[in-house]
Amino acid sequence: MRALKKEVVIIGGGPAGLEAADSLNKLGHAVTILEKEERPGGKLSNWHKLFPDNVSADGILKQMIQKISGDIHLITNAKIRKISHEGKKYSVWFNEGQCIQAEAVLVAVGFDLFNASLKEEYGYGIYDNVITSAELESMFVNQKSLVTATGKTPGRVAFIHCVGSRDEKAGFRHCSSMCCVTGVKQAIEIKKRLPGTDVMMFYMDLRMHGRFYEDLYLEAQEKHHIQFIRGRLSESSENPDSSLLLKADDTLAGSPIKVRADMMVLLLGFVPTDFHKKMGEEFGVEIGSDGFFSPCDSHLDTNSAKTTGIFVAGACTGAKSLEYTLADARSASLKIHEFLLRSPSSNILN
Amino acid sequence: MISEGKKTLWNDYQKEIADDNYFYARSCIRQNFFPGAEKTFLKILKEELKKDVYDDPRHTTCTGIAYHSDVVSLETTMTVVARQFALMTERGYRNFVPSCITSFGIYTEIMELWEHHPEIEDKIRHLLFKATGREFKVPANLAHSSDIIYKYRNEIAGMSKFKLINKNTGAPLRVVEHIGCHYARMFPHKGIGGAEYPCVLSGLAETFGAEVIDYPERRACCGFGFRQYVIQANRGYSISCSKRKFESMAPYKPDLIITNCPGCPYFLDSWQYVISEMEGKTYGQKGQGIPVLTFEELSGLMMGYNPWDIGLQMHQIPVEPLLDKIGVEYQQDDKYCDAQGRTFGKPVIPEMIKIC
Repeated sequence: MRALKKEVVIIGGGPAGLEAADSLNKLGHAVTILEKEERPGGKLSNWHKLFPDNVSADGILKQMIQKISGDIHLITNAKIRKISHEGKKYSVWFNEGQCIQAEAVLVAVGFDLFNASLKEEYGYGIYDNVITSAELESMFVNQKSLVTATGKTPGRVAFIHCVGSRDEKAGFRHCSSMCCVTGVKQAIEIKKRLPGTDVMMFYMDLRMHGRFYEDLYLEAQEKHHIQFIRGRLSESSENPDSSLLLKADDTLAGSPIKVRADMMVLLLGFVPTDFHKKMGEEFGVEIGSDGFFSPCDSHLDTNSAKTTGIFVAGACTGAKSLEYTLADARSASLKIHEFLLRSPSSNILN
Repeated sequence: MISEGKKTLWNDYQKEIADDNYFYARSCIRQNFFPGAEKTFLKILKEELKKDVYDDPRHTTCTGIAYHSDVVSLETTMTVVARQFALMTERGYRNFVPSCITSFGIYTEIMELWEHHPEIEDKIRHLLFKATGREFKVPANLAHSSDIIYKYRNEIAGMSKFKLINKNTGAPLRVVEHIGCHYARMFPHKGIGGAEYPCVLSGLAETFGAEVIDYPERRACCGFGFRQYVIQANRGYSISCSKRKFESMAPYKPDLIITNCPGCPYFLDSWQYVISEMEGKTYGQKGQGIPVLTFEELSGLMMGYNPWDIGLQMHQIPVEPLLDKIGVEYQQDDKYCDAQGRTFGKPVIPEMIKIC
């Protein structure tokens, strides 16, 4: 195999960054990953099992982290400050004056989760028994019992879909595409742990587009008797016993409904990170109307930014499952490899 | 309930409120419902806080009820509002203070509309000038009268004789508040505390020492809802709305409901009586109902004003149990006397609501 003595910097040590690093390394490149957190893994670090087949997220992540060796250099706690460009070289500045030079930069900063407190009418941060899908997943990861604020097993848990997705009022029109299946997966997990707990899903429409996702949806209904109510939550309030009063329209039954629930889980949408807002322009990456990065061509080149030498991969260009994130990272690696091969300064070793 | 969460949220919903020099716009219906409320507001501002407030006898309704009932067009409403602004301008004021929540919503909506569509403002200027020869400036500051009281709540509490504390037990009185749909629902950032967890009234009640109770149907309409009441055939909706709120708040045993909208105190007060007559059911303790006060009446009461001078005898639900809890002294014989001491007639004693 031909190899190149080229430096690539990857910003973001989540699944996309790790996978791209491995691919680029196998293609012969030296890679430095700049990760803002203490440990690599991104959102996958706080994930219990992967849909649709219940594979351990931790197991997948461990395999990915094990590949960090050889010419892959990981720097954690790296806060990106700026990027500068001179000739064919990019200088990525981080922390207090530290700098790495590279001939290509891959931006793989992922996504943030919607700040649920912005949907004030749902009461996150105000009502005792409102939690987010990320917090529920964290409970699963840490093997914590699912109990209400008063330590009781919930008799009924209500999931609210599209919190911060497809919501003009919240400022995000786009569909986050992964929350529906996440909700169904989490609802099934609750039923497995607490068979006596009723689970209800308030949804607009279920977008189970991935392979076998529909099977999971069917399993939720037939095997676990999870109740699906087509209607968006209008508001929740707290009862004297700290349970919740939910008001929604059941659009299939054609009537407004009020439901009491002991706990409410908000399925958070994917939103752009602070990095998108602050650094996108500096990195020469276009921002789409949804706030995520846009590649230079949405069909034929989904990994190149408009600025030569800058590439994008993973959920920083919009919500993706892990499966698609990893495929996108591998795609970006090939694109970077092609770019470096074309570079006049390439030093190809046979 | 995580109170810190609310306080964090409130930081996002603070608004600029002018310090002084207010042009006051009265409500078209409050004079009939609770006539002492506006008088009390003016007294507190002028005599206690020494503020300059102009109460112009030439001003009219804002047309809010007719507008929301689809009786008048928006164009008509805007022209009437423009005339109110012209009166303010002619008197040399720039800070507009409506007494009514619906008016506050109307003024806010129109100012917002004009900001985004100056061509509409130009058209209304033309219509007003053609009809009346008047010209106007858009207010520099728009605040509801409850915003003003909220702004000066600490000063008012500092001058007060009473607190919202049970004089016998020393416990804070339990208060539920109702801000009215038009205060912040349309423009959350124009209301203190926003629309979902407003603090304009709860903040005032807490300053007076009360414990504010959040109950599940707090956000629901009081039952006025204009079309629900104005159209006679719809009044069942009105009373069912109010009943839903009473049923929801009753388990918390509130001592008092406070409101800042002309319709809300009227409906929350009167429908309690109607429900008692229809179903024999009363809310509150000892069958006396839950007293309902406006924020001005509450402030006046705390300052030691005679409850009958500020119109509390006009309430369907008797306020005496509340006065007794607070420790306010009153002359029962004066309850139905006017300022000259003449009796103006006592109402018929209700069958179900216990008067005292």
